[in-house]
Amino acid sequence: MQFGIFSVSDVTADPTTGKRPTEGERIEAMTRIALKAEEVGLDVFATGEHHNPPFVASSPTTHLGYIAAKTEKLLLSTATTLITTNDPVKIAEDYAFLQHLSGGRVDLMMGRGNTGPVYPWFGKDIRKGIELAVENYHLLRKLWREPVVNWQGEFRTPLQGYTSTPAPLDGTPPFVWHGSIRSPEIAEQAAYYGDGFFHNHIFWNKEHTEQMVRLYRQRFEHYGHGAADQAIVGLGGQVFMGTTEAEAKRQFRPYFDNAPVYGHGPSLEDFSELTPLTVGTPEQVIERTLGFADYAGDYQRQLFLIDHAGLPVEVVLEQMEILGKEVVPVLRAEFERRRPAHVPSDPPTHASLVAAGPDGPHHLVEPARPKVDA
Amino acid sequence: MSHRIVVVTAGLTVPSSTRLLADQLAESVTTQVSARGEEVSVEVIELRELAGELATFMTSGGVPTPTLTRVREQVSGADGLIAVTPVFSASYSGLFKMFFDALDPTSLSGMPVLLGATAGTARHSLVLEHAMRPLFAYLRAVVAPTAVFAATEDFGSSGLAERIARAAAELATSVLAQGDYALEGFGPDLAARPRRTSGTQVDSDVTPFADLLKGHSG
Repeated sequence: MQFGIFSVSDVTADPTTGKRPTEGERIEAMTRIALKAEEVGLDVFATGEHHNPPFVASSPTTHLGYIAAKTEKLLLSTATTLITTNDPVKIAEDYAFLQHLSGGRVDLMMGRGNTGPVYPWFGKDIRKGIELAVENYHLLRKLWREPVVNWQGEFRTPLQGYTSTPAPLDGTPPFVWHGSIRSPEIAEQAAYYGDGFFHNHIFWNKEHTEQMVRLYRQRFEHYGHGAADQAIVGLGGQVFMGTTEAEAKRQFRPYFDNAPVYGHGPSLEDFSELTPLTVGTPEQVIERTLGFADYAGDYQRQLFLIDHAGLPVEVVLEQMEILGKEVVPVLRAEFERRRPAHVPSDPPTHASLVAAGPDGPHHLVEPARPKVDA
Repeated sequence: MSHRIVVVTAGLTVPSSTRLLADQLAESVTTQVSARGEEVSVEVIELRELAGELATFMTSGGVPTPTLTRVREQVSGADGLIAVTPVFSASYSGLFKMFFDALDPTSLSGMPVLLGATAGTARHSLVLEHAMRPLFAYLRAVVAPTAVFAATEDFGSSGLAERIARAAAELATSVLAQGDYALEGFGPDLAARPRRTSGTQVDSDVTPFADLLKGHSG
């Protein structure tokens, strides 16, 4: 099973000091956090993509390329890549290039983005969010899998005899996750292609997450990629740890109370009850996280949100020490213990996809096609 | 078949004249439905008990609390609704609006609704028509022609009981008339039947991806 962190890249003032990092300082902090992830034995660093303040991460490939040069094992991912407003041709090129630079340590998470105004900034229509996600991703799959692409769609200028460069490393496209909080169509999309499904999880009650994951699993089986419990699932989560629960809450409360998304609203206690947020001891985080599999099923990737709400980078790095050294080793062992033998432990990696050979289903634009009911 | 009537009351005090009116409306509706030989059950939702949860829902980007989830399912699954609010600053109370904002937009589609309001003076009585009806029209509810306004002085008058009985009779008729759609094959009515959802369940009735893909074949 893979463990890692995902950053939303918010530039938020520290409510205890009033100090707001510059964008440069925040980028530097995110880089240190990514490097720390490798140092403490985590598997994945994922960065969000946003095009509006207070977020700074507008260029994930630039950032991930820099991190790739400074790491050896860390998997680099996005959380999420905007498949709606980015040109799929540019995504195909950028991430194939990053794949070469990083030796195949790349996967992507597709999302539609959560800010309405971003669509017109990039010349798109928000009312077409789902259609854009469907068409653009399909084109992206072709660009990564067919040497010469002819294409005509609704949203992009046609392509004739187009070849995307560089071709994916070893002729093997990156593994893709589809991130969705509440759109059944996106769970369906992930299931159709046999891609991974990631539920952000952090702003939702477990009953909702359970329903979305179940839908994806059922449709994954429907399209013939395997049994429902073998589908590739990733979940988010957010934690803050201290030596005691009271100490963790005392330290984290001002950050929670002023956070951009949930600040000035529900209490820390209420929000912890409603969502996966866990503020307490490492043991409490372990127990809570293990419980995710009780409703989402045995899954393959757990990403924690840990560097948000104005927390100073030093505090985040301390949290990562605890996460990497005390929490994740126990989680790895316990999740493996409960996992049935036929359920994959890890999501596909570059190595496993190359090993599956050029005729593997991952190399087909439409792997589900023969299985679909007419 | 038993019919479920849900009462939503936004009174803030205990005891509350808004709750008093709501209870009288509910009792009268029960009488009217029973008088037609049908069973009826009434469930009351006191919005003041949900105030904190509604604020959490609004400020957390829509994280539904367990109680709110249950209430949303309760409302969208009802056969009829009685909605009563006190008048604040020439309109329904903010708590009342917050509750209906927290429902799925299709929660009340085609649902028979009886409206009521209370205030200290009769000068507020148009709140029923200029504030409440537009809200429920937007939600595509079927609002009874008679809505009941009770000023403080009305609670001592005989006219109120008559208005309550008339409104209750209208709601009862509307509740019992539900489900009378055309016979299959004789018209398109079944397809047009109002669809209510609580917004708390993921719709597992998915569009097959091949349809979403619409010919962008590999």
